[in-house]
Amino acid sequence: MNTTSAEQASVLVTEDALRSVLLAGERPARPGPVLTSLTFGWRALLKIKHVPEQLVDVTMFPIMFTLMFTYLFGGALAGSTQEYLRFLLPGILVQANVMITMNTGITLNTDIQKGVFDRFRSLPVWRPSPLVGALLGDVMRYSIGSVIVIALGLVLGFRPEGGAVGVVLSVVLLLVFSFCLSWLWTMLSLILRTPNSVAGVSMMVMFPLTFVSNIFVDPKTMPGWLQAVVEVNPITHLATVVRGLMHGSVPAGEIGWVLVSSVLLVAVFGPIAMVLYRNKK
Amino acid sequence: MGKLAIETRGLKKSFGATHAVAGVDLAVSAGGVYGVLGPNGAGKTTTIRMLATLLRPDAGEAQVLGHDVVRDAQAVRSRVGLTGQFASVDEDLTGVENLLLLARLLGYSRRRGRERATDLLDAFGLAEAAERQVKKYSGGMRRRIDIAASLVVPPELIFLDEPTTGLDPRSRNQVWEIVRVMVAEGTTVLLTTQYLDEADQLADRIAVIDHGKVIAEGSSGQLKASVGAGSLHVRLRVPEQRAEAERVLAGVLDVPIELSADPVALSAGISDPERVARALAELSRGGIDVTEFALGQPSLDEVFLALTGHPAEEPPEEDAA
Repeated sequence: MNTTSAEQASVLVTEDALRSVLLAGERPARPGPVLTSLTFGWRALLKIKHVPEQLVDVTMFPIMFTLMFTYLFGGALAGSTQEYLRFLLPGILVQANVMITMNTGITLNTDIQKGVFDRFRSLPVWRPSPLVGALLGDVMRYSIGSVIVIALGLVLGFRPEGGAVGVVLSVVLLLVFSFCLSWLWTMLSLILRTPNSVAGVSMMVMFPLTFVSNIFVDPKTMPGWLQAVVEVNPITHLATVVRGLMHGSVPAGEIGWVLVSSVLLVAVFGPIAMVLYRNKK
Repeated sequence: MGKLAIETRGLKKSFGATHAVAGVDLAVSAGGVYGVLGPNGAGKTTTIRMLATLLRPDAGEAQVLGHDVVRDAQAVRSRVGLTGQFASVDEDLTGVENLLLLARLLGYSRRRGRERATDLLDAFGLAEAAERQVKKYSGGMRRRIDIAASLVVPPELIFLDEPTTGLDPRSRNQVWEIVRVMVAEGTTVLLTTQYLDEADQLADRIAVIDHGKVIAEGSSGQLKASVGAGSLHVRLRVPEQRAEAERVLAGVLDVPIELSADPVALSAGISDPERVARALAELSRGGIDVTEFALGQPSLDEVFLALTGHPAEEPPEEDAA
């Protein structure tokens, strides 16, 4: 028996050490829902740290859209690129955040595929905490996305008349809405089989939802039926609110609309997602 | 028999038209290893997932450590551990991060959680890989971190779903060693496997399951006995004496004698081991020189074949293309 000690150290599971970890385990009190959700949020942050590539959608996508729309269409749509930027930037901020919410579903579906999900489900923790934690982690992504869009806007000459307060308030509202909207993707990812199909379906929903709104243009020139659609699209209201707050007016009624639709999103998709989660095959 | 760690009655689960589990009754006493043996698709994983509260049974009842898996799921979750292809760790995170994550979720403080994670990694021979992402682990390391993840709070009962599938023999032995230590420390282990030798090596009792049903249950010895006591293999010095030997053996053992391709070998399935001694004595008295004899227990392979009518480990499917 002449194995080197290095070899032994790397492969040997020593009986004594094993015995002692089995005996040494404690049975700490079960942590509450807030702590477990935050812990799952911490996991999401660790994943960002280890796989920074996943931030491409948060960084490149909004930058590309802002630049493209401002310089390609800005002059034609609003007379000058500066004038258009004033209109567009709050809208792009909305679109960026709403697009980033899709990531929630794709990530969760990947967890399901890889079996991590079942490990979490087998733990004696507050049941929604893996989902809530993942969404909390996503709030970090929304924040990063928002900071990038606003910074880019400022560089390009965007000057929010609402000042810092208006900007911060509108971002907070966006985070709330995005958190609520993510429950839709959470639900979808529990129904669909692969991360790819989740991405596909999300795109199919997201594109019309963000384009058939007042993010890019004033809907006044659209045909009447389309204006009606734009009018009921929650994204329109969100964009109106963000625009208003950034430019110094407080559209109270519209804020109410956004909060109500946020609550509705969670109230409808949250419970469905939880039922699916509980009964996941 | 101690108290029961697991008890199920008529457990059923279907996925569409497939009856994955078609009425499973199990009674697993606390302590020791209980093996659930069956080929791929027999319903082993589905059964475990129901016992671990991941899947709600369509019908039947299951109690784990005295708690109903449906009504009292949270109590079950806090007392069992789960390891398998379907309950794994996060590949993007490092070994230590994974264990710390679980420790925090189970109520450890940050400091105690980190200590616990380090101790576990040391005990499982993963200290050097602690800071490496799990996706860069080898198969054996991966399986060990999966098991370690189930032991952050040592469970009273641990489910190991095919813990050695796809492992090389050395890693497999390590997993077996881990199982033995856990059992010695009083953990009940429910292990599924499609390897007969694994069940034979580790399990105190075995349930053989096929097409979602338990088709036999008992200790490995009992299962073997159910297909006969084993077989006697005899080799002679002179091939010419084989016909005579066959006559003698058939007379004493009262069973058909098999003549193998080897011209000096005979074998016979036996029901009564006591007759073997008499048979050998008769051969000797008849002047037949026996160079070698062996009394073999039937293998679990033979058991499975006898019970199900098909081999346990079906040959890999030929590539049609």
